[in-house]
Amino acid sequence: MANDHIDITVEPGEVHALLGENGAGKSTLMNQLYGLLQPDEGQIIVNDEPRVFKSPRDAIAAGIGMVHQHFMLVPVFTVAENIALGAEEVRGGPLGWLDRRRSRRDVIETSQRYGLPVDPDALVEDLPVGAQQRVEIVKALTREVDLLILDEPTAVLTPQETQELLAVMRSLTAMGKSIVFITHKLKEVKAIADRITVIRRGQVVGTASPDTSEEELAALMVGRAVSLEVEKSPAEPGRSVLKIEGLVVDDDRGVRAVDGVDLEVRAGEVLGIAGVQGNGQTELVEAVMGLREVRAGAVRLDDDDLVTMSTKRILRSGVGYIPEDRSHDGVVKEFSVAENLVLDMYDQAPYGNAFSLDLGKVGGNAKERIEQFDIRCQSPATPVGTLSGGNQQKVVVAREMSRPLRLFIASQPTRGVDVGSIEFIHSRIIHERDQGTAVLVVSSELDEVVGLADRIAVMYRGRVLAIVSPDTPREEIGLLMAGITGDTPEGEK
Amino acid sequence: MTAFLRKLWSANTVALTFLSMVLAVLIGALLIIVSDADVLAKFGYFTARPSDAIESSWAVVSTAYADLLKGAFGDPQVFSAWFAGTATWQQAFAPLSETLTYAAPMVFTGLSVALAFRGGLFNIGAQGQAVLGCVAAGIAGFTFGLPVVLNLLVALIAGVVGGALWGFIPGFLKARTGAHEVITTIMLNYSAGLFLSWLVIQQGIQAPGRTDAISKTVAETAQLPSPGGVLRVHLGIILAVLVTAGVSWLLNRSAFGFELRAVGANPHAAKTAGIGVGRTYVLLMAIAGGLAGLGGATQVLGTAHALTPAVAGNIGFDGLLVALLGRNRPWGTLFAALLFGALRAGGDRMQSFASISLELVTVLQALIVIFIAAPALVKAIFRLRAARATGLGASLAKG
Repeated sequence: MANDHIDITVEPGEVHALLGENGAGKSTLMNQLYGLLQPDEGQIIVNDEPRVFKSPRDAIAAGIGMVHQHFMLVPVFTVAENIALGAEEVRGGPLGWLDRRRSRRDVIETSQRYGLPVDPDALVEDLPVGAQQRVEIVKALTREVDLLILDEPTAVLTPQETQELLAVMRSLTAMGKSIVFITHKLKEVKAIADRITVIRRGQVVGTASPDTSEEELAALMVGRAVSLEVEKSPAEPGRSVLKIEGLVVDDDRGVRAVDGVDLEVRAGEVLGIAGVQGNGQTELVEAVMGLREVRAGAVRLDDDDLVTMSTKRILRSGVGYIPEDRSHDGVVKEFSVAENLVLDMYDQAPYGNAFSLDLGKVGGNAKERIEQFDIRCQSPATPVGTLSGGNQQKVVVAREMSRPLRLFIASQPTRGVDVGSIEFIHSRIIHERDQGTAVLVVSSELDEVVGLADRIAVMYRGRVLAIVSPDTPREEIGLLMAGITGDTPEGEK
Repeated sequence: MTAFLRKLWSANTVALTFLSMVLAVLIGALLIIVSDADVLAKFGYFTARPSDAIESSWAVVSTAYADLLKGAFGDPQVFSAWFAGTATWQQAFAPLSETLTYAAPMVFTGLSVALAFRGGLFNIGAQGQAVLGCVAAGIAGFTFGLPVVLNLLVALIAGVVGGALWGFIPGFLKARTGAHEVITTIMLNYSAGLFLSWLVIQQGIQAPGRTDAISKTVAETAQLPSPGGVLRVHLGIILAVLVTAGVSWLLNRSAFGFELRAVGANPHAAKTAGIGVGRTYVLLMAIAGGLAGLGGATQVLGTAHALTPAVAGNIGFDGLLVALLGRNRPWGTLFAALLFGALRAGGDRMQSFASISLELVTVLQALIVIFIAAPALVKAIFRLRAARATGLGASLAKG
C-alpha cells in the first residue's frame, strides 16, 4: 500500500510542503490528485465539491496543474508549441489548422502576467534546465490552474536557479495560487513553506511549521534521529593515485564535453567535483572508467594507463565505481539482489570462473553484504527493481566497496536516496577514505560535495574553474558553478 | 525441475496459457461451425427447431476436436485393438510419434529465438539459420560417407556450424555497425531460402536422374536413428530434451548466461560493469544460429533425408511462436513446441478424417499466441485481477 488513509488540506495562497523520503508515497498521492492514479478509497474535494479525476484532463479542468520531476516536454518543439500541446488553439473546426499566432500570444501574456520570462520561439532542447522548468510552470498556468503541484522541482537546479524558483513560488502565492511542494530537501522547505506535512510509509506522521528545526523534520521523516552533517576527521593525503592531464572528451552528440581537465586525487583524500549537471562531470568520470573515448590527454592510476584499458580491467585493477544514473547504469532491475552484487565480478573467484557460476558463493556473498550494508530486502533472490531507491543504491555501494580498492569514484552517490541511507552511504565513503583509498566524488548537490570533500574542484563547461577548500563560502562556490570567477583567483587551494 | 514448476505456477502464467488455449479452442469451434454448410443451413430455421442446429453444431465440433486429440496423442480404439491383438503397438503409438516428429525441430528453433531474446536480440532469422543448418547437414550427410555414429555426428555438427555462421553475420553487423538484427536477419532469411532453391538443382547436389528440385539422399549412417515403419519419430526429440537442458544451464548457471541476461535486461549497466556488450551480441547470435541450424539438421537427417527447397518448412517462424508461448524459458519452449507439434499432428488427422482444413490448426496456433501476447485481454475476459493490483502498484509507487 503506497498511501494509507491520508488526509491533507491545501488552503488558497499557501505553499504546502509535502516532505518524505523516497518511496514514502508522496508521488503516489499527487498522481491521484492529478488523475494519473485512482484512489481505492477516500475522496478528493476541490472548493467544497467532491471530484473524481479519471485523467489529468479532469484534474486540469478542476484547476489542478502539475510539474513533474522529469519534464514532459518535446525537445524539438518550440516553447510555444510545447505549451500549446494538449490544448492546441485550432481554427476552422476540429480538423482545422493550428493557430500558432494565438498560442504564441497566450504564452507571452501568461509569462508577463506572472513574471516568468520565457522565449516562445526557442527550441526546448536548447534551453537550460531551469528555463525548461519555467516552461512547464507557464504551461500549467496557461491552463488557468489554482493549485500547482511541483514534484521535486529543485532536484535539477543550481543554487541560483533554486533561489529564482523560490521567488517565483512566492509571487504565485501572492497572486492567490496554491502550491504543493514535494521535496526531501529540508532547507528549501524551511525557506518557503507555509505548512509542512510529513509522510512516512504512506501515512501522515505529522504536520509542522516552518520554524521546526531541520533535525526535527529529518527525524519525523526517517522515524529516528539522524545526523545531517558528515562526520569526519581531517584527511591525511598520501601518494598521488589518480592523475588526469589535459583530458579532452566528447559527449554522445560529438560536442566537446570535457575540454582540457587536469586533476589529481591522492590516497586518503576525497576530491569533490561540484558543478551544475551537464558541465562535463559525467563524461569526465566515464572517460576515466573506460566507458567513453578519450580524445586527448592522459589518465593514470599509479603506473597504469587507464586510457588503454577496458572497463573490465579498470574495475579489476582496484577501482570502485558508482555511476550517476543508478537505474540506467548501476543495476539490472530484473536481476536479483545477489546477482547485482556480483555484476562486475561474476566470473572471478570465488563467485565463478570463465565458464560457470558458483550460485552458492553468489548467494553467500549476498547474505553477507545485505547484513553488512543494511540492505532492506525480502531475500537475496528479490529483484532489485522492487527495492526502494536507497536500497538499490546500497546494493551498488556494497558491490563496489566489497573488494580492495585503490580508487573509488562515486557519481551522485545519494541521488534519489532517502535521508537515512544518505547518512549511511556518506559514512561508508569516509570510511573508505580513511583506509587510504583515493576518492573522487561528483555531485550536483553542493551540500554533499562540501560535506564529503577535502578539496573541491568546480567544473563549468568542461573545464575546472577552480579548486577550493570546503570552507569556502557557499555563495562563492555557487557563483563558480554558474561560471562566474569574479575575485576568486583560479587554482586557489 | 521442482523449482521450475514452482516458478511457473507462482507467476500465474500456466493459468494464463491454459485460458488462452480454452479461448482459442472456443473460437476455433465457432469457425468449424460457420465453415460447415450443412450446420449453417440448420441455423436457418433456428427459431423453429433450435435443437437441430445445436445438436449438429455439437456433433461437428466434437468430432473435429476428437480427431485432433486422437491424431496428437492416440486413438483409444487402436489401443484396444492392440490389446486385443488386432493391431500393432506401432500403430497405437503412431500419433504420438507424429507429435514428437513435428515438435523436435521446433524445440531447437524455439530455443534459438528464446535464447537470443533473453540477450535482448529479436532473432527473426531462425528460419534462415535453420535453412543453412539443413544445407550443411544435408551436404555433409551425403558427401563424406564416414562410418556409423561418426557420420551422423559430423552431419549434426555441420548443421550447427552452418546455422551459427548465419547467426554470426547479424550479430557481428550489430556489434560493429549497430545494424538492427531484425532487418538483417529478415534479409538473411530470404538469402538462405533462395540459396537453397538454387543449390538443390546444381550438379553434384541434385539427385542423379531427377529433374525436380531434390538433392541426393543422406547416407543411412548419417540419418538420425528411428524405429521405422509408421513410427517416424527419431533421435532428434531426445537430442532436443538434452539441448534444452544445456540451454537452461547456459542461461542460468554459466558465466556467459549471466552476461547475456545482463546485456538483455540492461545493456548500459552491463557495459558499466565491464561486460563486453558487442562481444556478447556476436557470441549470442552465433549460438542462437547454431541452435536453429541444429533444428534444420534434425529435419534433414531425421525426417526428410534429402534437401528440397521447402525442406525447412516453416520451422524457423514456428520457433518465434514457440518461444513466445514458452515465455523465452528453455523448458517452457520445449513444452510449447510439444503443444504445437501435437496441434500439427492432430491437424493432419482432423483434415483427413473430419475434412477440416489444416489451416484451422494454424488459426488455433495463432489465436493461442495472440491471447498469450495480450494477457490483459485474457485477464479481462476471465476477470483475473490479482496480478494487476500488485504489478501496477509496485511500478507506480515511486515516492
